[in-house]
Amino acid sequence: MESSILTSILFATIVAGTPLIIVALGQLVAEKSGVLNLGAEGMMSMGAIAGFAITFETGSVWLGVLGGMAAGALMSYLFAVVVLTLMGNQVATGLALSILGVGLSAFIGKSYESEILPTIEAIRIPLLADIPIIGEPLFAQQSLVYFSWALFGAIVWFLYRSRPGLVLRAVGESPSSAHSIGYPVIRIRYLATIFGGAMAGIGGAFLSVFYTPLWVEGMVAGRGWIAIALVVFATWRPFRVLVGAYLFGGVMVAQLFVQGSGLEINIPSQFLSSLPYLATIIVLVIISRDQNTVRLNAPVSLGQPYRPDA
Amino acid sequence: MTLKKIINKLALIALLGAMTGTGMAADNVGFVYVSPIGDAGWTYQHDLGRLQLEKETGVTTSFVENVPEGPDAERVIREMAKRGDKVVFATSFGFMNYALKVSKTFRKTAFVHATGYKMGKNMGLVNARFYEGRYLTGVIAGEMTKSNVLGYVAAFPIPEVMQGINAFIKGARSVNPKAELRVIWVNSWFDPGKERQAALTLLSQEADVITHHTDSTAVVQAAEDQGKYAFGYHSDMAKYGPKAHLTATTHLWGDYYVKTVKEVQAGTWKPGSVWGGYKEGMIALAPLNEAIPADVRAKIKVLEADLVAGRFHPFAGPVIDQSGKTIVPAGQDMTDDQLNQMNYYLQGVVSKVPN
Repeated sequence: MESSILTSILFATIVAGTPLIIVALGQLVAEKSGVLNLGAEGMMSMGAIAGFAITFETGSVWLGVLGGMAAGALMSYLFAVVVLTLMGNQVATGLALSILGVGLSAFIGKSYESEILPTIEAIRIPLLADIPIIGEPLFAQQSLVYFSWALFGAIVWFLYRSRPGLVLRAVGESPSSAHSIGYPVIRIRYLATIFGGAMAGIGGAFLSVFYTPLWVEGMVAGRGWIAIALVVFATWRPFRVLVGAYLFGGVMVAQLFVQGSGLEINIPSQFLSSLPYLATIIVLVIISRDQNTVRLNAPVSLGQPYRPDA
Repeated sequence: MTLKKIINKLALIALLGAMTGTGMAADNVGFVYVSPIGDAGWTYQHDLGRLQLEKETGVTTSFVENVPEGPDAERVIREMAKRGDKVVFATSFGFMNYALKVSKTFRKTAFVHATGYKMGKNMGLVNARFYEGRYLTGVIAGEMTKSNVLGYVAAFPIPEVMQGINAFIKGARSVNPKAELRVIWVNSWFDPGKERQAALTLLSQEADVITHHTDSTAVVQAAEDQGKYAFGYHSDMAKYGPKAHLTATTHLWGDYYVKTVKEVQAGTWKPGSVWGGYKEGMIALAPLNEAIPADVRAKIKVLEADLVAGRFHPFAGPVIDQSGKTIVPAGQDMTDDQLNQMNYYLQGVVSKVPN
């Protein structure tokens, strides 16, 4: 009995953390190249409606996820044109992108509001899924959950073990040096930004196709902002993003369980609701309190426009 | 000279009259919505009422959806009053102070605010006795549950939500004294992801009939996925969970809107406080799911008739709270004042009130 509750909590934690991980890792890559895109909420909304609409029309979940990815990528391409080619202010453009995406997705999604999709079955990995307590949460999840772990591995390898990753980080640290030794700074930033948008789109599609599964205006409900905050509090380190996302999901889920259990607690539920935010910030601030590591990991040129001289 | 001016003015007035078609311009009625209309939910029900109003009275209407409960609301309400709307319906609690403020400037416009508590010279109040429907769904839940554990996903601990929770458990216990209710607060009116998570949590803690007081359909869908039962709220949510959806407490604003606008047009409208339920036709249950047995349906029918006739009050005594204290002794009904100050759980709720 007790262990089954623990299993449900762990299971729900991983599901709740998954969209945050996908979106935050995408943003992390974009930010490592020096581009700060605050439009995650808008890109996720567009990804959510595109994913939902395409899955609904075609019946194919994978086309839906691809469509969500494309929608997010398209949004971030718009953003990139404004900030990288036209040298617009990144913060202002990102905020505009958020508002645009939330509004546009509501407009496009009007006719899909009454529709629902069938629930997507979990993929059980034989034997491993039968391990007590942790088997179900780790090895009987929906496909995109496994994808988030693969994405994590790929990004760690890319950023810290591959040459293109090194170049990307160099562009974020000092675009002028990278430019002077011949790297196409603007093109690299374009690619990184579009990658971030594509991941935000997948995160949105996860919400509308896998998680709830339904489409309603405003369904992203602030998760885009949480993802952006996670990247900062995780000091641009992928592993900390993972920890932060699960911590956030875990505390949220655990407080729901505590409320449902009828345990005698004299804590206002409003406080319990804010607990995931508090816990995530406190823990990430503590593990990131060393000023040197923060300085080491924060992309120096983050948010600054770069114009290559001739 | 002055005569010419007067003739000119008259001509202008006639022209304006001709332009609007009927000579007398059709009255316009404005609606302010807090959320998008969507396909189900609080605002959707108000919009159904608006459409009924248009059809039955021939007035034109206009609405602004997704208005935040802040200074923007004042701007929207003021705009409607300024352009000469006869009646402005502000349909969310947070519009209260803004509507009241604007009503003081535009004395000729009638303002009606839903779910608030402040009235003005030209501002009336309307609310619905949602708890009547909740009691009936509670009766069904008490009959349908096998685990005797019910679940409730709630937004904020305000009296309106507390009334729903307490009516639900009181109804359930009236037919099943062993029923208990678990409540989870999500502290948000609208977050489908979190609502679903809370629903799944309740279902994993043995609840087999759940309902919600939030704005999305996520709870009904979660129950459908898990093969359990759920009640909709605000609107009929059957299509989101054809098997799970037992019925829903729905709100019907149309008749009230029609009546109010007709009164305003006739000049007989006085700002008052209307709190309508089954009797006034403002609350009804959605069609019952086939899974509900005939004897339960019969029971509901009797209760509905009693509510319409005013023979039955869901909070008829004895009303006993969680700690065992008697709130209303046997033989009495809870007063409206008591209802509006409800901040405790009744017997049968196992969760604790967030305080």
